[in-house]
Amino acid sequence: MFMKKVLLGAIVVALSSSAMAKETLKIITWKGYAPKALVKQFEKETGIDVQVTYSNNEEMVAKLRATRGAGFDLAQPSQDRITAVQKKHHIYQPIDYSKVNTDQLITSMVDAVKKNTNVDGKGYGVPHVYGTTGMIVNKKNAPDAKDWSDLWNPKYKGKISYRLKRPILIATAFGMGEDPFALYGDKAAYQKLIDKVEKKLIEAKPLVKNYWTSGDTQVEIIKSGDADVISGWDAKGWSVHKINPDIDFIAPKSGALGWIDTFAIPAKAKNVEGAYKWINFIMKPKNAAMITNASNYGTASKDASNFLNEDIKADFERSFSKEDIDNIKWHPPVPDGFESIEAKALDRIKAAK
Amino acid sequence: MENKKSFNVTFYLLIVPVLLWLVLLIVLPHIDLLVSSFKIENDNGDMVFSLDNYIAFFKHKIYWLTFVKTAAYAIGVTILAFVITFPIAFYLTKVISKKNAAFLVLLLLIPLWVGELVTVYGWMVLLGDHGIINHFLMTLGIIDKPLNMLYTNFSMIIGLLYMSMLFMVVPVMSTLESLDDSLIEAASDLGASKWAIFTRIIIPYSMPGIVSGAIIVFMLVIGDYLAPNILGGKSSLWFTEQIYNEFLSTFNWNEGAAFGFLLLMLSSGIIWLALKLSGQKLEKVGS
Repeated sequence: MFMKKVLLGAIVVALSSSAMAKETLKIITWKGYAPKALVKQFEKETGIDVQVTYSNNEEMVAKLRATRGAGFDLAQPSQDRITAVQKKHHIYQPIDYSKVNTDQLITSMVDAVKKNTNVDGKGYGVPHVYGTTGMIVNKKNAPDAKDWSDLWNPKYKGKISYRLKRPILIATAFGMGEDPFALYGDKAAYQKLIDKVEKKLIEAKPLVKNYWTSGDTQVEIIKSGDADVISGWDAKGWSVHKINPDIDFIAPKSGALGWIDTFAIPAKAKNVEGAYKWINFIMKPKNAAMITNASNYGTASKDASNFLNEDIKADFERSFSKEDIDNIKWHPPVPDGFESIEAKALDRIKAAK
Repeated sequence: MENKKSFNVTFYLLIVPVLLWLVLLIVLPHIDLLVSSFKIENDNGDMVFSLDNYIAFFKHKIYWLTFVKTAAYAIGVTILAFVITFPIAFYLTKVISKKNAAFLVLLLLIPLWVGELVTVYGWMVLLGDHGIINHFLMTLGIIDKPLNMLYTNFSMIIGLLYMSMLFMVVPVMSTLESLDDSLIEAASDLGASKWAIFTRIIIPYSMPGIVSGAIIVFMLVIGDYLAPNILGGKSSLWFTEQIYNEFLSTFNWNEGAAFGFLLLMLSSGIIWLALKLSGQKLEKVGS
């Protein structure tokens, strides 16, 4: 009995001391944002043990909300999804921008994100990568599909697909010639616009093949030929283009929707210093370029373009003309309560015949 | 005395982990959810007690209609599962030898080892417009345009049936196994028709197995998320999807909690009703 106790004690001490010896950094992020090679290099340089959890905007918030901002040292929400959640649930802590090596970042992006994640005068996000939601089109079967409005063009009946989430409501509004972002200050007017969008999408429902639900199903439905005109993410469209040159990403005429994913530090993060070290490490031009080369997402790292592969630049230039870039609609922060307006509309569209 | 005391110690040692598990991981979170389902946010942003979350379900057509649709599909799938699997169960227990039956049951179990997500993707490969079945039919010249099978109610029902069917086979087999063959022989000797034997002897005898299988299948289907979400078409809003949306899209956990409890209560109600109608007792079915 005594021996057992001693043994048990020894094991407990050994386990806890080994845990103490190694500093850990827990990151909750999107797939592709923390590649294994970079994690290994970071661990070697700093001696910090990195644990990565893959997630998306909705789950990230749900998880951090459940623990009131504990359990992770670094999160990567989209910049438009921070303020409303922060005001209500206080799951993040303000960024100390003096600890971020902003010299290696694109200044205009840092400022924009700082402004868009502002709560009570403090910024909560540092830009990491960006991209756009636009359309992925099979140019052989649908050479004329150019705009969001082609997602309800009877010409492509049964060959249309999109994700039934908030971006399609925004896109539909732009396709109808409206500017939903201009109505972010006026809840009643926004409700009216969403009602109009809802009517349009229910009307157009017979034209839709199916609603895709994830990055994988999005690629699947266009690659298999089940659909020819779909809403989609630029990086996904370019990856399909490599397999089937007929398929490519296009920036819709009424404007692709731009998103920026950020670094944000949860309120009860245990290793805040480690989090800043990670941010500064990952945004080094070479490292940032490595992520972009692998995933096709644009990066906020200033000099990363020196290390980018040729085909990445080619992809971008093929899909975006100068006007298309100027016409990108960057998501402003979503005001509190707007998401439930949208969710109700989405439910009704999904349930409609 | 000594003996009894040591029994007590072991008993408590064994029961404590079970109780801890039940209380900490199942009872407490459910109580927390139940409490939060009765709370709403007022205009000042404070959480106050209210029945609004439950009232919303009955007030908005989209919510209760989705539940009714989900329940109707679940009942339909349960009936289909019975119709398809009863002959299989009968064949495995009464027609072929025990040794062959064991092998065939093993074959039936294999899809369960793979996991639902993988089988769902498997059905996508089979049913798609350019999938295996359409390709096969078009090569044979039976059809000249692909049949629209994937992303319809048809593909959704196939997916739901495929993952739940087995849970009907097993309980039905276990009751059929205990059915004495001489009962069937006696009925046959006394001149009963095959149909009469089936409806007056086999079905009533295996009723407890059928009902417990039906309960499992019904609960699995009504609480499923994957198959309706991936295989179901553009109109297949499942009630579980609505709960998911409340938690993850609108961040209205209170409404989501209320929906969760409504799903629990309403589906339990349906089962209670089914037990009453079929004249079965839960204790008998459970054994």
